[in-house]
Amino acid sequence: MMHLVELKQVSKSYDKNVQVLHSIDLQIEEGEFFVLVGPSGSGKSTLLRMIAGLESLSGGELKIQGRLVNHLPPKERHLSMVFQNYALYPHLTVEQNILFGLSAKKVNKQEQQKRLQEAVSMMGLGDLLKRKPKQLSGGQRQRVALARSVISQEPLCLMDEPLSNLDAKLRAHMRTEIRRLQKKLGLTMIYVTHDQVEAMTMGDRIMVLNEGEIQQIGKPIDLYNQPANLFVASFIGSPRMNLGLAVINQNQLIIEDTIKLSITNQDIPKIIKRSGITIGIRAEHLVYATQEEANLHLDVVNVEQLGNETLLTFEVGSQLWTAKWLGQWLINAGERIPLKINLDHISFFDSQSGQIMQTATASQDLKVVAL
Amino acid sequence: MKQVALPYQEHEHKGLLKALKLQRMASFSKGMLFLLPSIILFSVFLFYPLGRTLYLSFFLTNSSGQTTVFVGLENYMNIFNSPIFLKSLQSTLLFVLYTVPGTILVSLFLAIIANEKLKGVGLFRTMYASTMGISTAAASVFWLFLFHPSIGWLNQLLKLLGADAIGWLTNPDWALFSVSIATIWMNSGFTFLILLGGLQSIDQYLYESANIDGAGYFYKLRRITLPMLSPTLFFVITVSFINAFQTFGQIDMLTRGGPQNETNLIVYSIYQDAFMNYQFGTASAQAMILFFIILILTLIQFKLGERKVHYQ
Repeated sequence: MMHLVELKQVSKSYDKNVQVLHSIDLQIEEGEFFVLVGPSGSGKSTLLRMIAGLESLSGGELKIQGRLVNHLPPKERHLSMVFQNYALYPHLTVEQNILFGLSAKKVNKQEQQKRLQEAVSMMGLGDLLKRKPKQLSGGQRQRVALARSVISQEPLCLMDEPLSNLDAKLRAHMRTEIRRLQKKLGLTMIYVTHDQVEAMTMGDRIMVLNEGEIQQIGKPIDLYNQPANLFVASFIGSPRMNLGLAVINQNQLIIEDTIKLSITNQDIPKIIKRSGITIGIRAEHLVYATQEEANLHLDVVNVEQLGNETLLTFEVGSQLWTAKWLGQWLINAGERIPLKINLDHISFFDSQSGQIMQTATASQDLKVVAL
Repeated sequence: MKQVALPYQEHEHKGLLKALKLQRMASFSKGMLFLLPSIILFSVFLFYPLGRTLYLSFFLTNSSGQTTVFVGLENYMNIFNSPIFLKSLQSTLLFVLYTVPGTILVSLFLAIIANEKLKGVGLFRTMYASTMGISTAAASVFWLFLFHPSIGWLNQLLKLLGADAIGWLTNPDWALFSVSIATIWMNSGFTFLILLGGLQSIDQYLYESANIDGAGYFYKLRRITLPMLSPTLFFVITVSFINAFQTFGQIDMLTRGGPQNETNLIVYSIYQDAFMNYQFGTASAQAMILFFIILILTLIQFKLGERKVHYQ
């Protein structure tokens, strides 16, 4: 089967000694919304610019539609791109901006107008065609940039942090809009962001990148439930996964020298080590329990009321753990709360390598509601 | 109670007005204090000489520049009837016509090629900007050698090609052209540097986006580079224009206004009238005319230019 975009052992280095991307292997399928996510400096934008042809490859192969394109200039790769700052031409009107590419390619005027009408009505830019970019708001500029990309009718669209200049409310709105547009036009999208919420909510698949190396590739829900290492575990999900150093002593799991949970060998079939373990548990799995059911008690240090849910911060040894409970809980900082952790919600990582040893067993069979 | 309160309020209001007025006065005098150095400098070196020139242009003077007879507008009328002045006006306009577009085109071309990201491009940037650091006098000496009728490189080159020698600075048909070439060379350094700065401040994203859209080199040049450079171009054109009208040094060094007054540009003509012929009155009148020509043409440029310049 042919992949729309295929990267084999792709690497990038500057001046032969600063390696920013290490041997990236990746396949992106047609019609897929693929998100590259990572902290700043992880190399995600560089990777996107390499796919676009704005940066050269230092090693490896890049294929688009089965064709090796390492050596081709951007215009021969058949793609469109939306830049972080939109890259609108300040001296041209909205209409001229949108048509820039088509008139560069000498598409005939009738066709230009036809496509312009389509793109404009899709983006709701009808009243703004004669304006200059500086007379537009951030959201409107964003739409012009999208229209410019849509009108090219190229099958592959690249986006480099397109929402990072918008305010929170508009960002949430544009997320849905971009996603809808992509589905409607059947575009293949490669989307770069540093925002894990954007990645989770928009992507069909996500690739997490850190320091130029792939951490994990997968569906959002799989990355959340079965993170491959400590980096992914702490990067994906908000609030982040609660982590703590742990040792196993006979039949006890001792976390941060404060929490002791009884454990049997059946609970941890894949764990050979008895020390140097880091455990992780999601905020929603740290639940309230009655005094009889409780298997640990923790001190509350902070309470955040969000209205529909309550975030509680607990002190666990040197770590701060967060619990997320539905509804409104009237709890004050300083109280000691009875809690319950199920062993099958705990993920076990090797502290040294950071790699997963045993994923939370509960996540494998469970709760993804499929209709 | 109202009766008691009102006068009190009025009093307070008056006090407030007074305080505000004092504050404004203080801020005004502080502002003037900051402007004082410029005001003094401009007055001594610009406003006073300008006024004095205007005054002198209505008089005849003796050889040391003292006014003798008030003649009103007669100086101006004499000038406009003088074939030498009309010739010098014509030469000046031709000179501007040769040098301004010449300088801009040459510098723009150099700036565009020096803006490419290539190894060693810094060397070329330094080279192209270097004429900025050469004084008019020194540059004129280079060109005197190049133009020299028998040992000059230009004529030797012509000889090699089998053509006849040209009297670059002595032939009336060639002299103004030769001086213009030398002037373009001298002015290109400054213009180049300004234009290069303008090119470098254009956002790279615009070109990247155009590359993805499939725009070719000349399409990008026409649709992005030139419009984005237009404020810089406008500045450079205006400055070159004014400079061209005020050219003096290279004329004095290369031709002294000759041959047959072909290169007798207005500023040189003013210099001759004032300091060779001691006609300070007519010289001042010419200076005033030059001032108004430059003023009016610059205003026209601003009016026309405004429409075509894209400020960001």
